[in-house]
Amino acid sequence: MEEIYRELVKIVGERFVSNQPEERFLYSRDPGTMEPHAPDWVVMPNTTEEVQKIVRLANRQKIPLVPMGGGLVLSGLSRPLQGGMVLDMKRMNRILEVNEASSYVVVEAGASQGMLQAYLKKHHPRLKHSIPDAPPIATIGGNVLIHGSGHLSAAGGFHSEMLNGLEVVLPTGEVARIGSCSASPYWFSRSPLPDLAGLFLGWHGTTGVVTKLAIKLFPARPWNDVGIFVIEDPELAPDIIRRLARVQVAEDILAWMSPKPDWAKGFQMINIAYGAETKAELTLKRDLIRESVRPYLERKVGGFMPLPPDMKVRFLEAPQSTLAVFADVNKGGGFEYVGAIMPVELFAPAFRKGLEIAESRKVPYSLGARIVGLAHCMMFFYAYAFNRADQADVRRAQTALEDTNAMVLEMGGIPWKAETPAQKQIIKKMDPNTFALMNRLRAVLDPQGIMNPGNWEA
Amino acid sequence: MSELKYDQKICTKCEKIDCLTRCQHIALDLEEARQEWMKILAGRDSRVLHECLTCYACEEYCPYHNHPFYLIVDRQEELSAWPVPVPLTKQQIAMMAPKGQIVAQKVSAPVINLCSFPMLAGSIQGKLFAGASIIGGNDLFCNIMWLHFAKNSVIRERLPKVINNLMDYYLKVSGVDELICFHDECFGTYTQLAPAFGIEVPFKPIHLFEYLTKKLTELKKEIRPINAKVAYQRPCSNRLVPETQHWVDEIFKLIGAIRPAREYEGENALCCGMVVQAAQRDDRADAIQKRNLDDMAAVGARYCVFNCPMCFMTLKGMVAERGMTPILISDLCRIALGEGFWG
Repeated sequence: MEEIYRELVKIVGERFVSNQPEERFLYSRDPGTMEPHAPDWVVMPNTTEEVQKIVRLANRQKIPLVPMGGGLVLSGLSRPLQGGMVLDMKRMNRILEVNEASSYVVVEAGASQGMLQAYLKKHHPRLKHSIPDAPPIATIGGNVLIHGSGHLSAAGGFHSEMLNGLEVVLPTGEVARIGSCSASPYWFSRSPLPDLAGLFLGWHGTTGVVTKLAIKLFPARPWNDVGIFVIEDPELAPDIIRRLARVQVAEDILAWMSPKPDWAKGFQMINIAYGAETKAELTLKRDLIRESVRPYLERKVGGFMPLPPDMKVRFLEAPQSTLAVFADVNKGGGFEYVGAIMPVELFAPAFRKGLEIAESRKVPYSLGARIVGLAHCMMFFYAYAFNRADQADVRRAQTALEDTNAMVLEMGGIPWKAETPAQKQIIKKMDPNTFALMNRLRAVLDPQGIMNPGNWEA
Repeated sequence: MSELKYDQKICTKCEKIDCLTRCQHIALDLEEARQEWMKILAGRDSRVLHECLTCYACEEYCPYHNHPFYLIVDRQEELSAWPVPVPLTKQQIAMMAPKGQIVAQKVSAPVINLCSFPMLAGSIQGKLFAGASIIGGNDLFCNIMWLHFAKNSVIRERLPKVINNLMDYYLKVSGVDELICFHDECFGTYTQLAPAFGIEVPFKPIHLFEYLTKKLTELKKEIRPINAKVAYQRPCSNRLVPETQHWVDEIFKLIGAIRPAREYEGENALCCGMVVQAAQRDDRADAIQKRNLDDMAAVGARYCVFNCPMCFMTLKGMVAERGMTPILISDLCRIALGEGFWG
């Protein structure tokens, strides 16, 4: 063990490796409900070359290696289930290139959402990236690799769909570039080459260590507004969402349902955020959105909340700060959710069943759905808050999450960034040939089986 | 449930039907107006019930003070002719519900009631409000806003409780019998709506404008004239109490503000647009706001002064875009007294 420590010190320097109990404790858990698993070492590389050396060392010694971004996934994916090393990527946080003409940015995998947001605001104020509703320290890389979604997902789909290319250290130590950057100095697209990015998206760090990536940027408009459409019948939601999305004006469509504040209980609120270059364009877009749901307005079964501009400000925040308030509703700062990727037509049963689970398990809840693309699908989330210092409370939330994962799969949805027990549930439902293919690919890429073992295993 | 105090015979004999022929938003000639009004009197459906933008103006236009607007709202509710989508109405009713968090408190005159806008407490400071007690919150919400939602039933249910709260928790225990209404809506509620609905008000409501006039008169020597043109955004609730309008002129005179003659003021005043947006008629709201702001700009107003916090919140950005300063009337008075203003 000591020898490995010394090897790691040689690679990254003493300040950036630890085998001390404090670090091992901190890196054994995330803010969710999953049991802690302590690493033997925590190491923070600064360059792709250092990552290569660490991967080669892990290979030689057959040591498990778990790449980690912000450590905020909540479902425990960066806990080292079999010990070994946690590879904390936060030092590799450089913003390497912004290409204004082709609207993309190249970042190192540890660059955070907040850093990029601030950087673009300062240096490229007419461009922005799609921000998830996560703390600003969440990394761009981590979120893309788990198929995240965010404030531009109605316009651009999942964050993994906004990926132009990446650099990855394979489990055997070679560096590979994926996308246009493999054959061009530009990181403009994954097309037209064979798309190998899928080997690293949604695999939870079991196929390699991504060190750089390029993502698409979008116009940051000077005029912005949000409409909040309110209904009280979830059966209406799919058609309304489809109509709102198909106008192709919204940057983000987010439904939310919560028992708090009191005035929100029993209603489904659908936020539609959009931007424009001029006030006239903004008004036109507002009118297009309104027109799309005209039949519901005429029947008086839904309508846009009348909000003065001041009251809209918090709904235009990216990321939304209200989630942080909810996360601590029970105090003790515990918060986890099942994000279920599912078709929009499942909105009503997803809502009703989620409500049943939350109420029967007596956990504080917040339900919602981020619409992806033109209502091509949604990330329906079931968020449960709990007090981390209260084991009974943690257990209640854990049970609610387990029930929710099972319910989602039964309905035809798929839990997103699933915890290891939920991964096993997914595998049970998965076409056996698909799972066999996953295992064959993994065996080829990672012959020693060192990459985040315990994930995507039956 | 209290009955609305109106006399059907007055309407039956009315020759001019001012309530509808003068409506700013529904075009009706005298004969059409008569037919539609007769339908409303008979409790039948009328296009008026569906097209009404709930601006309150007909309440002012009726020369007989026979409460045509309240009757329209009663009929809208009876016939489910909802001006605002039902979920929004239900949500607002939940949002503005009494919280039951009120605690008895000794107050001393002057008692300023902020109604459901306690967040404006920062405006109640300086010489104008020295020694004032401030009260507010949902438990003191006057509930007049339900006129915009065809929910007179909520007013009838909640208003008596609010009056009891004011008395039991503040005024009676403190031996105070006057309540300064910071917001015109409250004054309209307690002096005009409550009697029309047969609800007793056991204290004396004082309009903020009257209070300001009195205080400014006392502080006259300290006033530095504003010397600027000021447009006044008349709130819809002021239609219920047009007799208070002269206070605006008095205040302007005292602070040296110039009130230029505008097309859209007095009986011709325009709504801020918020309730029109609630009725999901943004195009109409845009047009009304544009006419209003064009009118303010055309007379060269430097300030646009508000009493209603909701009008203020709705229009302030647009007013500022036109190069005018949006400001609450109390804050404008404080500027004249050489004080900074809040917000």
